[in-house]
Amino acid sequence: MSQATTMTEAHAHDVHHEESFWTKYIFSVDHKVIGLQYMFLGLFMALVGGYFAYSFRMQLAFPGQEVPLYGLVSPAEYNMLVTNHGTIMIFWVAMPVLIAAFGNYMIPLMIGCDDMVFPRLNRLSIQVFFVSIVVLFISFFVEGGGFGGAWTSYPPLSSVAEYSLTNWGSSLWLLAVALEIVAFLIGGINFLTTTMNSRAPGMRMTDVPIAVWTINIAVIMFMASVGPLVAGAVMLFMDQRLGTTFFLPSAGGDPVLWQHLFWFFGHPEVYVVLFPAMGIVADIITTFSRKKLFGYRAILYTIIATGALSFVVWAHHQFVAGIDPRMANIFAVTTLLISVPIAEMLFCYIATLYGGSIRYELPMKWAMAFLISFLVGGVTGIPLGASGMDIFFHDTYFVIAHFHYTFFPIAILAMFAAIYYWYPKMFGRHMNKLLGEIHFWGTFLTFNGLFLPLFLVGMAGQHRRIYNYQHFPDLASADLQGIRIFATTSLVLLLLFQIPFIWNFFASMVTGEKAEANPWKANSLEWVAPSPPPHGNFKELPTVYRGPYEYSVPGNREDYWPQHMPDRN
Amino acid sequence: MSMHGPIATGRTATGIPTARLAVWWLLSSEVFIFGGLIACFLLFKFNGAPGFQDAVLTVTWAGAFNTFVLLTSSLTIVLAHDAAEHGDKDRAFKYIWFTIFGGLVFMCVKAYEYGSKIAHGVGFTTNIFWSFYFTMTGLHALHVLGGMVIMGMVSFDIRKGYNLHRAELVGLYWHFVDIVWIFLFPILYIANF
Amino acid sequence: MLDYFIPRASSFSGDMDGLFNLIVYGVGFWFVLTLSVLVYFMIRFRHSVSPKAAYITGEKHSESKWVHWPHYAIIVFDVVLIAGAIMVWVQVKQTLPPKDDIIRAVGQQWSWSFVHSGPDGKLDTEDDVLTVNDLHVEVGKVYHFELQSRDVLHNFSIPAFRLKQDMIPGRTITGWFEPTQEGTFDLQCAEMCGHGHGIMGAAITVHSPESYQATMEAIQNGTYESEYLKRLKEGSTPINAKRPQVSQNEASPYTEKLLSSF
Ligand code: HEA
Ligand code: HEA
Ligand code: CUA
Ligand SMILES: [Cu+2]
Repeated sequence: MSQATTMTEAHAHDVHHEESFWTKYIFSVDHKVIGLQYMFLGLFMALVGGYFAYSFRMQLAFPGQEVPLYGLVSPAEYNMLVTNHGTIMIFWVAMPVLIAAFGNYMIPLMIGCDDMVFPRLNRLSIQVFFVSIVVLFISFFVEGGGFGGAWTSYPPLSSVAEYSLTNWGSSLWLLAVALEIVAFLIGGINFLTTTMNSRAPGMRMTDVPIAVWTINIAVIMFMASVGPLVAGAVMLFMDQRLGTTFFLPSAGGDPVLWQHLFWFFGHPEVYVVLFPAMGIVADIITTFSRKKLFGYRAILYTIIATGALSFVVWAHHQFVAGIDPRMANIFAVTTLLISVPIAEMLFCYIATLYGGSIRYELPMKWAMAFLISFLVGGVTGIPLGASGMDIFFHDTYFVIAHFHYTFFPIAILAMFAAIYYWYPKMFGRHMNKLLGEIHFWGTFLTFNGLFLPLFLVGMAGQHRRIYNYQHFPDLASADLQGIRIFATTSLVLLLLFQIPFIWNFFASMVTGEKAEANPWKANSLEWVAPSPPPHGNFKELPTVYRGPYEYSVPGNREDYWPQHMPDRN
Repeated sequence: MSMHGPIATGRTATGIPTARLAVWWLLSSEVFIFGGLIACFLLFKFNGAPGFQDAVLTVTWAGAFNTFVLLTSSLTIVLAHDAAEHGDKDRAFKYIWFTIFGGLVFMCVKAYEYGSKIAHGVGFTTNIFWSFYFTMTGLHALHVLGGMVIMGMVSFDIRKGYNLHRAELVGLYWHFVDIVWIFLFPILYIANF
Repeated sequence: MLDYFIPRASSFSGDMDGLFNLIVYGVGFWFVLTLSVLVYFMIRFRHSVSPKAAYITGEKHSESKWVHWPHYAIIVFDVVLIAGAIMVWVQVKQTLPPKDDIIRAVGQQWSWSFVHSGPDGKLDTEDDVLTVNDLHVEVGKVYHFELQSRDVLHNFSIPAFRLKQDMIPGRTITGWFEPTQEGTFDLQCAEMCGHGHGIMGAAITVHSPESYQATMEAIQNGTYESEYLKRLKEGSTPINAKRPQVSQNEASPYTEKLLSSF
C-alpha cells in the first residue's frame, strides 16, 4: 500500500467519545477489550477446571473420604468431573486463552493495524462463547447431573439416555461444545482475514511474527478438522433427542464412525493448541536471548508439515477400538513420522539460543520450562504411537501423563509465559518480580511432581477414568496408592502456588511499576504502541521495513532493531 | 464506537476485498461440515447399512425441479451482482428478489416433499437413510432460508444505494448453497449410482 | 523394564516389554541428547557470560545443517521403531495361532459374563461353563476369545497379559492369548461405559491343568467360591503378596453398595 493511504489512515481515529462502562468493557467491539474478556473468562475456567481436577484427584488419593470444599465423590460425579475437566481445559481454557485472547489482543497490534477487520463479528464471537459457558454450567445442575461419558463422548453411551443416565446433561454438554466451536469459527474467520489483508504497509508474509503465523495456521487447521465433527455432533444430537440411530448398532448405526469423526478433529486439535504456544515461545526466546530466530522459514515449513501430517494420524487413538488391524500399521507409520518435523522445530528453537545473550526474565523462565516439559510430553507420545506398544498403554495413566506433559506446558506454562511477557503491554504496568519467581518455581516443580509419578502408575497398568482402584487388587497396592497420594499432594501445592499469581495479577494492575512502551526492547510492532494501547492502538500506524527478529544485527548501536524503524538503530 | 469502521477493514494486502475474503473463509469452513456429512452418508451406503434402498422412494421429479429452480436463482443472483457492479441499484434489487422468490419456490417444494413423506409415515427415525435424508436436506434448507433472509436485508440497502458490493457476497453464498444441493441431489434422489 | 511394575503373564508380553525397552533406549537417547544441549545452551549463553549475542540467521546451509542432519537421523530411528512396533502388532492383533481352547467374554453395564467352552472345546454347546466376573484359563494353552457387548462400548483389558481390545455391541471381535504364568490377575474394563465403569472389574485365573479341572467341577457342583470376590475381600494373589494392601476400611460407601448389588 502506498504512503499516501497511511497518511490519511493516521487521522481516522482522532474522534473520541466518552463511553459508558457497558459499552467500554462489556459490549465493546475493541479487539483489546474482547481479547481481555476471552482471557478473563479463560482464566476463570482454568480455576473451574483446576477445581474439578482437585476434587477427583483427592478422591483418588483418599478414596471414599469427604473432599474438603467438595464433599463425597460418587462414581457418577467422578466421571462427570473428569469429563468436564477435560472438556473445560481444552475448549474453555487452552483455546480461548492461547488463540482467542492473545490472538484478538495481539494480531492487530503485531501486524500494525487499529482493530480486527470485523469488530462486530468479533463481539458476536465472545458473546456466543459466553453463552456456551452458561450452557455448560447449566448442564451440571440438570436432573441426572452433568455428562460423564468422557470428553470423547463415545456413543452409544453418549447417545442413549438409558445408558448414560444423564439425559439432559449429555445434550447440554454437546450443545455447549458446539456453541464454543461456533464462537471459534466466527472469530477464526476474523483472524484470517485480518492477517491476510490488514498488515501494515511494507509487511511481507515473512515479516509476520511466528506467533501470528501459528495462530492463523491453527485456525485453518481448526476449520478443516472441526467440520466433520460438527456434522457428527448434529448426528449425535439427533440420536439423543430425536431418536435417530446414526451411532446405534442395534438399528444399523455405527458407533465407531463417531470415533473417526471425533479423532479426525481431536488429533489436529492438539496441534491447534500447540502451535500458538510454540509461536508465543518463539517470540519470547528471541527477545530474551537477543538472537534472530534460527531458520524462520524452516520453522514455518515444519509447522505446516506437522499440520498436514496431523490430519492423517487420527486413528492412533483407536488402535484397539475395533478398527481393521491392518489400518493400524498405516497410522503407526504416520504417527511416528510426525516426530520428525516437530523435532526439527524444537531443534530450531534450541539453535536460536546458541550464541545468544540470555536474560532470564520471568517470561523467559516460563518459555524454557515450556520447552523442557514439552520435550517430555513429545517423546512419551512415541511409545503410544508405536501400535504394538499402545495395546498395553492405551487407556492407562501413561496416556494421561503423556498428554498432561504436552497440555500443561501449552495451556499453563506457555500461557503464563505470554501473560508475563505481554502484561506490561496490556495493563501498562509491571508485575511484581518476587511474587513472579515464587509462582514460577512453585508451579514448575509441583507440576513435575504431579505428572511424573503418573507415568509410573501408567506403566503398572493403572487405567483411566476409574474412581476408586480398590476393585482392582493389582492396582490397590500401598505403593501405588503412595504414588497417587504424592501426585495429589503436588497438585494441592500447585494450586496453592497460584494464589501469589492471582494476587500479583490483579494487584499489579493498580500498584505495579509503570511500564514504558517497549520494556523488553523487542522488535515486533505491538511494542510500538503505547502501554496500554489506546483505542485505535497506534499514535500513527506503522510502516514495516524488516522482519521481527532482527536482534544484535552487526553495525547497529542497539541490539534490537524494531520493525517500524526506517534507519539503523 | 466510532461510526466509521476501523482502518483495518479498508486495507487489502492481498488485493482481495476483505469482505469477499471473509465469505470465502466462511464457505470453506462450511465445505468441511457438509463434506463430513456426505462422507458419513457414503460410508454407510457403501458399507451396506440397511435402508439405503429407500432412495428409490424419494420424489425424483421434485428434486430435479428444485435443482432447476436453484440453478435459475443462481443465474438471477449473478445478474443482480452484474447490475450492482454497474451501479444499477433498482435492477439489482429486482434480481435479488427474483432469487429470493426462487428460494421460496424451493422451500415450498421441499415442504411438499416433507409433507408427503410424513403423510406416508416415513420420518426421521424410519431408518438411517431417512435420518440422513432429513438431516442433510434440512440443514441445506436452513441454509436456503438463511440466505433468503440475508438477501432480503441486503436488497433494501442496495436499493438505497449503499453496500452495493454485498450483492456479490450474497451471490457467493448462494452459489455455495446451490453447489451443496448439486451434491445432495444425486446421492439422495437418484437411487442406483 | 515394565516387568518391574507388572508381571508378564502371556506369551507376547515379553515381546512387548522388549519393544518398550527399544523405544526407551532409542527415544531416550534423543531425549537426553536434546535436553542436554538445551540445558547446556541455557547455561553457556546466559547474559553474564555471553554479554553480546551473535547474529545467525539459520538460513545458510552451513548453519541449517545442524538441525537438518539430526532430523535425518531421527527418520532412521523412526524406521527402526516402526518396524518393532509393527512386528509386535502383527503378532498380537493380526495373527491367529491355532487354538487349544476358546472362550467368550460378554460385557454389559457393569459386569462381565464369561463362557468357557467346556470339555468339547466348542462354544454354544451343552457343556459350556458360565461364570460372572471370573475367567479361568489353563497355563500354556492358546486361547481364542470372542468379545461381545450387550449395550455400550467396553474394553477387554488384562494388563498382565499386555492385552486390550474394545468390545462393540452388534459385533463379535476375535483375538488370542496364551497365558504363561499361573496366578490371578485383574481383568478390567478399559472403555468409559457409564456410572459403573469404575467397578467393572473381573479376575482372570491362570490354572495348572489339575486346578483348572477342579475349578470347572466346583463351578458345576456349585461349591465354587468366586476368585474375584475373594480377591476383593482379601486382597490379591501370590504375585502381589509382597505388596501390602490398602486397608479395606477405606472403601467408600459406594463401593459397599455396588458390591452388594452383585
Ligand atoms: C497438545 C497436545 C498433544 C501433543 C502435542 C501430542 C503429541 C503427540 N501425541 Fe498425543 N495425546 C494428546 C495430546 C497431545 N499429543 C491427548 C490429549 C491424548 C489423549 C486423548 C484422550 O484419549 O483423552 C493423546 C493421546 C495420544 C495417543 C493415543 C493413546 C491412546 O489413547 O491409546 C497417541 C498414540 O499414538 C499419541 C501420540 C502422540 C505423538 C506421537 C505425538 C507427537 O506429536 C510428539 C512428537 C514430539 C516428539 C517426538 C519430541 C521431539 C523429538 C525429539 C526429541 C526427537 C527424538 C524422537 C524420536 C527419535 C522419535 N498421543
Ligand atoms: C489443557 C488441558 C488440561 C490441563 C491443563 C489439565 C490439568 C490437570 N489435569 Fe487433566 N485432563 C485433560 C486436560 C487437561 N488437564 C483431559 C483432556 C483429560 C481427559 C478427560 C477424559 O478422560 O475425558 C484429563 C484427565 C485428567 C486426569 C485423568 C482422570 C481419570 O481418567 O480418571 C487426571 C488425573 O489425575 C487429570 C489431572 C489434572 C491435574 C491435576 C491438572 C492440573 O494441572 C490442574 C491445575 C490447575 C491449574 C494450574 C489452574 C490454575 C488457575 C489459574 C492459572 C487461573 C488463575 C486465575 C485468575 C487469574 C482469575 N486430568
Ligand atoms: Cu465397561 Cu467400562
Ligand atoms: Cu493424537
